[in-house]
Amino acid sequence: MTTPSGRTDAAHTAGPLPSDEDVAAELLDFLAQRTRTRWEPDQDLFAVGGMSSLFAMQLVVHLEQTYQIAISGADLMLDNFRTVEAMVRLVNKLRSPAPGSTGE
Amino acid sequence: MSDNNSDESLAVVGAGVMGTAVAALAVGYGHTVTLIDSSPRAREDAPDRVRFQLRTARMMNALPEDRPPGSLTVAGTQDAAAGASAVIEAVTEDPKEKAAVLAGLAAATGPGTLLVSNTSGVPIEELGEAVPHPEDLVGVHFMNPAYLIPTVEVILGPRTGDAAATSVHTLLAGLGRRGIAVGDGPGFVTSRLLHRMINDAIELVREGRATPETVDALMRDCIGHRTGPLATADLIGLDNLADSLQVLHDRTGDTAFRPSELLLAKVRRGHLGRKSGRGFYDYEEAIR
Ligand SMILES: NC(=O)c1ccc[n+]([C@@H]2O[C@H](COP(=O)([O-])OP(=O)(O)OC[C@H]3O[C@@H](n4cnc5c(N)ncnc54)[C@H](O)[C@@H]3O)[C@@H](O)[C@H]2O)c1
Repeated sequence: MTTPSGRTDAAHTAGPLPSDEDVAAELLDFLAQRTRTRWEPDQDLFAVGGMSSLFAMQLVVHLEQTYQIAISGADLMLDNFRTVEAMVRLVNKLRSPAPGSTGE
Repeated sequence: MSDNNSDESLAVVGAGVMGTAVAALAVGYGHTVTLIDSSPRAREDAPDRVRFQLRTARMMNALPEDRPPGSLTVAGTQDAAAGASAVIEAVTEDPKEKAAVLAGLAAATGPGTLLVSNTSGVPIEELGEAVPHPEDLVGVHFMNPAYLIPTVEVILGPRTGDAAATSVHTLLAGLGRRGIAVGDGPGFVTSRLLHRMINDAIELVREGRATPETVDALMRDCIGHRTGPLATADLIGLDNLADSLQVLHDRTGDTAFRPSELLLAKVRRGHLGRKSGRGFYDYEEAIR
């Protein structure tokens, strides 16, 4: 298996996996683009007037596809998607380095 | 009564927005479900759509945790409903189509099997004309999404029998839903009120007096409508909304139900709301 991208910018020096900061930045971008609103990393996306359950599932699918993880069982709960910080924790917990990739 | 009669097998007919959602709800409550649709495309998409909605329901903590999910079988013809303890009809809101489907289902299941229609507005009495045993027929207006809204509208027609009234209670208990019973008539309570309001909201947009965002913001933030009428229209599906309005207009003559030209134009263009990725709002990579 090859590394997910050939990116070599400084943020990736720890290995082929994006850092928590990269994940957070990517998610904030994704949210801003989808909702046309800027969000803070610790802001509750599902508080009153916030996002719907359908949007929550879009986040699930986005995380699974972007970070090649499978979210199931007890991990599949809204609290894990409430904030960008919570999603970063979840990604960090679920992903493991692709086999064979040593971090060049 | 136990809400744990998970051995019940249900047939759901129509694998669209509502049929797949009701199937997901039933599977999530541990029932064996046969989902029937005449469209090959709908059958092909059905397992993924049901799985996706099951995951949504789980994530929202909307399913019991004390039982394994039931199994789902997808079928193409009404005879697959034979042997089911109850049948839920959720095909397109076309009264003729519904009558034909209900007649076929009644023939497949035989007398004494609970027949449920999820129609938005066709009177149960009228649908009862189509079946040999109208005492078996009940209206259950599941809300959208069926697995997240715990309350449903129940319509007992004038010819609905006591046995069916009891069976529908058992069915709803087994799906964790609370039924509120209302009298029969076009649109019952919820569609008569909601569809009129949504149609008027669309008219406001057509007249250029407010954008969809503005109408929804006012209805949400001033009036307390959870979703806003135009986002609700997109959730329902604009084709179904137009069909339901037509059903109500035909049966009441009330011009408030005549589908807005803007709504019809969107349907003609294939902008059907969430299910097509675009309606009054844009849903990039919309998930059905
Ligand atoms: N969409 C909603 O929010 C909502 C809410 C409550 C009730 N309803 C009612 O539920 C019913 C279904 O609506 P929907 O939004 O799911 O529609 P839909 O258009 O999403 O799906 C309808 C499905 O029925 C299938 N179908 C049509 N004719 C058939 C036949 N003869 N045999 C088998 N399958 C057939 C179609 O192929 C399609 O897959 C309608 O009566 C509607 O008014 C809809």
